[in-house]
Amino acid sequence: MSEATAFDAPSEEFISVHLNGTAQRALARPGQRLSEVLREELGARDVKIGCNAGDCGACTVLLDGAPVCACLMSAQQAEGRRVDTLKGIETPVMQALKQAFLRHGAAQCGISTPGMLLSAAALLTEREAPTEAEVTDALGGVLCRCTGYRKIIDAVLDVGSAPAALREHARDEGGAVGASVVRVDGRAKVDGSEPFGDDVAPADTLVVQVIRSPHPHAKFRFGDLDAYRRRHGLVAILTAADIPGRNLFGVIPPFADQPVFAEGIARFRGEAVAAIVAQADTLADLDPQSFPVLWEPLGAVGDPGAAMAEAAPQLHPGRAGNVMCRGLVKRGDAAGAIARAAVTATGRFTTPFVEHAYIEPEAGYAKKVDGRIEVFACTQAPVMDREALADILGIPQSAVRVVPTGVGGGFGSKLDISVQPYIALAALLTGRPARIAYSRAESMASTTKRHPADITATVGATDDGKICGFRFDGTFDTGAYASWGPTVANRVPVHASGPYLVADYEARSAGVHTHNPPAGAFRGFGVPQSAIAQEVLFEDLALKLGIDPLEFRHRNALDNGLETVCGQVFSQGVGIKRCLDALRPHWQAARAAAEAANAARGHIRRGVGIACGWYGCGNTSMANPSTIKAGITADGRIVLHQGATDIGQGSNTVIAQIFATALGVPLTAVSLVGPDTDVTPDAGKTSASRQTFVSGNAARLAGEALRAKLLRLANAGPDATIDTQSTITVQEGLRTQTVPLAHLPLDPEGYVLTVSESYDPPTEPLDENGQGAPYAVYGYAAHMAHVAVDMALGTVRVERFTAAHDVGRAINPVLVEGQVHGGIAQGLGMALMEAYIPGRTENLHDYLIPTIGDMPPVDTLIVEEADAHGPYGAKGLGEHVLIPTAPAILNAIRHASGARVTQVPATPDVVLAAIRATPDNGLAAKKERP
Amino acid sequence: MPYHAPASVDEAIIALASPGAKILAGGTDFYPSLGDRPINFPIVDVTRISALKTIAADHDGAVRIGAGATWSDVVAAPLPHVFQTLKEAARTVGSIQIQNNGTLAGNLCNASPAADGVPALLSLGAMVEISGPEGVRVLPLEEFITGVRATALGPAQMVTAIIVPSLPAAAASAFEKLGARRYLVISIAMVSAVIVPRAGIVESARVAVGSCSAVATRLPALEDALTGAPLSEAGAVPSPAHIAPLSPIDDVRAPAEYRDAAALELVRRAVARAATAASTQAGTGTAL
Repeated sequence: MSEATAFDAPSEEFISVHLNGTAQRALARPGQRLSEVLREELGARDVKIGCNAGDCGACTVLLDGAPVCACLMSAQQAEGRRVDTLKGIETPVMQALKQAFLRHGAAQCGISTPGMLLSAAALLTEREAPTEAEVTDALGGVLCRCTGYRKIIDAVLDVGSAPAALREHARDEGGAVGASVVRVDGRAKVDGSEPFGDDVAPADTLVVQVIRSPHPHAKFRFGDLDAYRRRHGLVAILTAADIPGRNLFGVIPPFADQPVFAEGIARFRGEAVAAIVAQADTLADLDPQSFPVLWEPLGAVGDPGAAMAEAAPQLHPGRAGNVMCRGLVKRGDAAGAIARAAVTATGRFTTPFVEHAYIEPEAGYAKKVDGRIEVFACTQAPVMDREALADILGIPQSAVRVVPTGVGGGFGSKLDISVQPYIALAALLTGRPARIAYSRAESMASTTKRHPADITATVGATDDGKICGFRFDGTFDTGAYASWGPTVANRVPVHASGPYLVADYEARSAGVHTHNPPAGAFRGFGVPQSAIAQEVLFEDLALKLGIDPLEFRHRNALDNGLETVCGQVFSQGVGIKRCLDALRPHWQAARAAAEAANAARGHIRRGVGIACGWYGCGNTSMANPSTIKAGITADGRIVLHQGATDIGQGSNTVIAQIFATALGVPLTAVSLVGPDTDVTPDAGKTSASRQTFVSGNAARLAGEALRAKLLRLANAGPDATIDTQSTITVQEGLRTQTVPLAHLPLDPEGYVLTVSESYDPPTEPLDENGQGAPYAVYGYAAHMAHVAVDMALGTVRVERFTAAHDVGRAINPVLVEGQVHGGIAQGLGMALMEAYIPGRTENLHDYLIPTIGDMPPVDTLIVEEADAHGPYGAKGLGEHVLIPTAPAILNAIRHASGARVTQVPATPDVVLAAIRATPDNGLAAKKERP
Repeated sequence: MPYHAPASVDEAIIALASPGAKILAGGTDFYPSLGDRPINFPIVDVTRISALKTIAADHDGAVRIGAGATWSDVVAAPLPHVFQTLKEAARTVGSIQIQNNGTLAGNLCNASPAADGVPALLSLGAMVEISGPEGVRVLPLEEFITGVRATALGPAQMVTAIIVPSLPAAAASAFEKLGARRYLVISIAMVSAVIVPRAGIVESARVAVGSCSAVATRLPALEDALTGAPLSEAGAVPSPAHIAPLSPIDDVRAPAEYRDAAALELVRRAVARAATAASTQAGTGTAL
């Protein structure tokens, strides 16, 4: 027998690999993926698993120096070979790469960072100074959903340049508001030590596997569960019957309608009906197809049209016609204004389900500690999770602790609970710790999506280019359960006008149930969909009137002192005109260049398109307070209890910068704890672009309050400076006073001084016509897309983006750029390639998101129209960044090709069909008049 | 279930006789199609068979690509100029990670309609060497892939090599792949064209299209029409009638109607590019 056949094995056998410089032995099942063995047997949890299919590259390792996906090979294939993971490589090239990633803000959530760094290190080992094309070729196999890739490209190209520049800059500024300080949690992201949802459980923890409906609508009943459990050696089987509390959850309590486990009827494909709790090895040999459940498929409705038909099956009692809820904003006389308009534009626009496609599938770990349940999982909303779990488990909220792990991307979907109840129930009912990690397929099948939209709208304009009447009617497929559907239905009519003055307006929305996966929160809550309709219609009007598209928008843009469609008047802080002003010189140059290039009439045509967006920061006309706490220990350590979940966007850094600035100390003097529901007060959910604005204000108030306490103890006036170099001292004029902390009484947490401050944005309810003051602050944006369209194939290549954003005040400009890039990447995906089809695209090779080769350079133009409500003038940004993106691309396609596209994604077949339907195809917009 | 890692083809064939045994090579199709199901069949891991890894020319100029050769091996190998289409195809397969592990032979055995290697190998006139308990046989690639996910492999048989017969040194080629994004993309349509020139005209041509029929297919009528055409005008030869052998379907990537339109355009571009390469190349192929 040859040496190679020595590990022919009926069950687990040892393999030997040279891992990160040392010889290691591990038990592996025959054919077990190398990625799993590295993580579970060899402790290499810096290897991330995002898809188990080679589609995302998160599990990239170097095999004898070459990058490979560890999920696409057996552990046995690594026998005797050298395997390097991120934490094993300490070469100068890797050190330089890590520094460059930090400097450029190339890691946001960090889940893809190990794969990116390993791929980049392999390239730089072969090529000292690669070209951009070589960088993208080398990194093309690793998907990232947060960064928009450009800062990763910059970082790799930058390796070798002077690494100290940005850090010196940050030190000079002390990390104050306005400084592009390196993110405070960055180190763990670039060295692979950040623990994400699947990285916290000990290796021998019980595993939970959810059993799901294979049908969009079906009756079901179980066979002999107990016999199945005994036959397969399972620890437990969980069903609705095992839930001690309420088998119901929902992020908006009046609409709560979703069971943890379906009872008798499943309403969407992928809905949970039961869960198995077992040892990992037991589950590895178990085919979930063998689970004893009998299905009786029922007729299903797959879109709102079918769902609203007379004989359609009804999903929920009390929601007649499957209409979950409607929204309305009405002002003036829209129909009358349209009737008298000089020109009108009308259209029907459709968008599909869009998947969040964070690279980290939902995962977590739960255990029972002293009679309480502790849940460690990726989440955007720890306090809401705790409330939901207490209800489900039938225990008080005080008996539940939620500790968010690192979050490998969220974008709205991780606002809803997913894995949490299953592991919490398993831990509660078995008394043993339990873990879960969704497979890519079950993550995509079972968690929320962006709502598909079907929008009809008409907009009129006067002869001099002023909007004259706007009617909008949007139907949104909210899937089987409500989730954040009501928020979408509310937000859309408030925002569908765009940031423009529209006196006569009527916008209606409806959220309709279907037997599709629940649609919920996704960056923008329906506004990216409505912006497509509005901005394409505005383009129609500008073309009909022969007015330059930017000037048409500028002419209609909101301003201080003008009424929004809700009748709200801001006396300050309205920055949309400044965004357009910032774009104007770029716009004129790029439009002229595109038209000159097209004069050759080749098969590639260039175009430049524009679109605007606005977005209200925080909840719509509802309280959404944040509380931030801080303490000082007797030895002068300043601790910030930061409960605003950082899902990669940078709230750990931004909140700390605001707090440090308000307190008057350098950022380095502040230690962070949390988030953790046991130690951090409620800073609300990471949603609605609210953390910088709302939690930031709470942090500012906390910093100011703590400063006041310190200065009072030192008998110093408000202008004194606080020095934190050893103990805390206060200087006022020539006097230096050590703050007498040591003799103060300690509180139970070990602090001698504490503060806790809350902020809740001032809003007013909307009346029956949607009139009121829904938000204290809006942020504004204008995007310019530069595209090349292949007239024979319909392919669209985005070549550049110029993005102007009014952020009020850029607390951290590099983090601002990171949000802009990442939002544009998602908007580009929505515009050109993303469509989720239930049951068909539950993987990352049929569901396409942009790769590193699809994302063009972005010029970010930061506009700072300070808002009186914002901390240091700051506004929210997270969602604004993709609202104008897709319509800007559609308008650019039109400028390039003449084709008017009214559906996304604008895949090559859609664009080619639109080009062929355009009589004057290939001509740019007709001659514009000044 | 047993895990066999034979060091020779003979041992592999013996192991493949186990009921239900499946071959594991690059793993880039094996693991995605396995998904999360348990492994309840014997695995025959052929990556320890060093004899399968080589890419080399025979005495008659035919190129033998061992079944263990990866896409990256093909990109790195010094091959005649006409292999440009195969190298271009290899560079568009998934990602560097996929190219480093995935094999050409595995791509053929997986028999996807969108297999990236098939159009290029069809246009190169490739043959498939199959080894089994009964010995060795060689089939034209057209006969090896018999349908969607179906091949001519019999029980306990495995592909041991892909053989590309010698082509004139002046032959040139081009590959076009259309997808909805830059990397990690399954094609909507793809085309490979090989042109053998003589004195400024097309002496012979092979054009193959993938992702537009159950099995990638050549376009014989177009190949006939190209024969004798001036190289400088070859790109204008393809017409809608020439793509009649295609039978595209609607799927998540594109509707059939679009595939027809795109395939014709890609055929024109691939032919034009191959013809240009053939007219400028003038027989400067890299010898093995």
